[in-house]
Amino acid sequence: MKVDLSVDLCGVRLRAPVLAASGCFGFGREMAGWVDLAALGGVVTKSVSLEPRRGRPTPRAAETPSGMLNAIGLQNPGVEAFCAGDLRFLADAGATVVASLVGRSPEEFGRLAARLAGEPAVALVEVNLSCPNVEHRGEVFATDPAAAAEVVRVVKRATATPVLAKLTADVTDLVAVARAVTDAGADGLTLINTLLGMAVDTTARRPRLAAVTGGLSGPAIRPVAVRCVWQVAQALPGVPIVGTGGIVSADDAAEFLLVGATAVAVGTGNFINPRAVVEVADGLERYLATAGVTSPAELPALFKAER
Amino acid sequence: MAPVRELCEVLERRRVGAYHALTLVAPGIAGQARPGQFVHLLAGEDRSFPLRRPFSIHRAERPGWSPGGPGGSGGPPGWSPGGPGAALGTVEVVFDVVGAGTLALSRLRPHDVVDALGPLGRPFAPPETPTGCVLVGGGYGTAPLYFLATELRLRRCRVDFVIGAASAGRLLDAMEARRLGHSLTLTTDDGSAGRRGLVTDPLGDLLARTGAGQVYACGPMPMLAAVSRVAAAAGVPCQVAVEEQMACGTGICFSCVLPVRPGAPTRMARSCLEGPVFDGAAIAWAELGFPELEPTA
Repeated sequence: MKVDLSVDLCGVRLRAPVLAASGCFGFGREMAGWVDLAALGGVVTKSVSLEPRRGRPTPRAAETPSGMLNAIGLQNPGVEAFCAGDLRFLADAGATVVASLVGRSPEEFGRLAARLAGEPAVALVEVNLSCPNVEHRGEVFATDPAAAAEVVRVVKRATATPVLAKLTADVTDLVAVARAVTDAGADGLTLINTLLGMAVDTTARRPRLAAVTGGLSGPAIRPVAVRCVWQVAQALPGVPIVGTGGIVSADDAAEFLLVGATAVAVGTGNFINPRAVVEVADGLERYLATAGVTSPAELPALFKAER
Repeated sequence: MAPVRELCEVLERRRVGAYHALTLVAPGIAGQARPGQFVHLLAGEDRSFPLRRPFSIHRAERPGWSPGGPGGSGGPPGWSPGGPGAALGTVEVVFDVVGAGTLALSRLRPHDVVDALGPLGRPFAPPETPTGCVLVGGGYGTAPLYFLATELRLRRCRVDFVIGAASAGRLLDAMEARRLGHSLTLTTDDGSAGRRGLVTDPLGDLLARTGAGQVYACGPMPMLAAVSRVAAAAGVPCQVAVEEQMACGTGICFSCVLPVRPGAPTRMARSCLEGPVFDGAAIAWAELGFPELEPTA
């Protein structure tokens, strides 16, 4: 039995069900010396906005138990520089590109989607509705089902490229948000973004991040992410989900695939091991072989929900 | 050449004054390391503090390189010949115990394994022609300057050291500076060794006296800001190796940024990729809370 790692994500064939998560792989070209970009399931780029963003002051990151907080503030060169430089590089390298978009209004998201609709190198678009490191909580569209749905509607009108909506677990009813964005046309979901957190330097008696609060990532949040994927997969069967949150090993990835994710994305794990995406995929191949299946798509059927 | 990931055997861990020195068998890193570059280390099995820790390279011994030995030709300048570990290919870092990660590193024993990425970052650029160089170090920030001094001496540059620390015990390896440099000026905050004061106090006079054409500095940010200011006032170019908080070390997390020129009017540059060595005059010191450089004529 030969394992075939490839999966279909919203009509796009991925070589493996393991992507590099947005904000945790730069714009991809930084990693060309560490991995073969063409061999990855895909590269979700750092979020791109219409205009360049400078990001937050430092310190931007703080290590926390089994994870880290970050408040980078969406530093990026803007969509035009991205298309002229990083996107071209990724296309030449043969990478499967998921372009992550971030805007301050539905209209900005729409203009970004329209701009990238003309870029054949973009296989999928991920709408970042849930970055916690923004100036106003109102920019975290995924905290409100109606606001999140409006962004997705505008993006879908602007592009024929399949659209993933990236949501946050920092809500009371994630399923309601997931349903709103899929009803609005999202082809799939990415679950979850970082969780809003805070850490205090007790010696200096001040926040450890310049932005005061930041997004918590790493293995510390994995149980929250697995729970979110499970809940949404149960409520919305058939909606493709990219599971992300604290994956550093193939076993971590298998948790997400078993509870219903179509693919996973490795985020903070890349900061520790620059070859994490490759090694997680290699390990999954062995996991599938041991489980006696030939495709990641067969894993949910093996999951026994009752203890 | 590209940075590599190596699982490195610990050859030695020893105390150097108030600090720890860790020597790793890392042939892939040692074979390409240049002064100013860093290694990004992960030690132990406890992943409750998950991130790597960056350290500038204090020494690098090229694998198989010894005078007259195999592989003895073609090495770039700057390689310390001979000594234990020369045939293995080793890198040495110096650190202070400041938290859980460095505490774990301080407990390493010979034959333990450390996961290392390196060499990372942009090295110090040596002068194109033999030039007088002043090397300014603060605390364990002095670590990369001995590696640099070795390279500069091989390039026939005059090397003068100014080394400072809070107290005598925190001056890193002053004997090594005495051996490598034409002169050594020590300063301590408390006057327990050398002259009482800051490294910048004697720097202006030293630059004038030696007619130095280049300053290199490594240490805490306030020191780097002050050294850049003194060098700019003297009209001498100054390269500084910064120490920013860092997560990935490979350019993907965007946490180790600092404001540099040119930009619009400044931009946030990643110190792991564009640095850690920067032109001191390119850093927007005022944005970091330090006085701006004096404009040079």
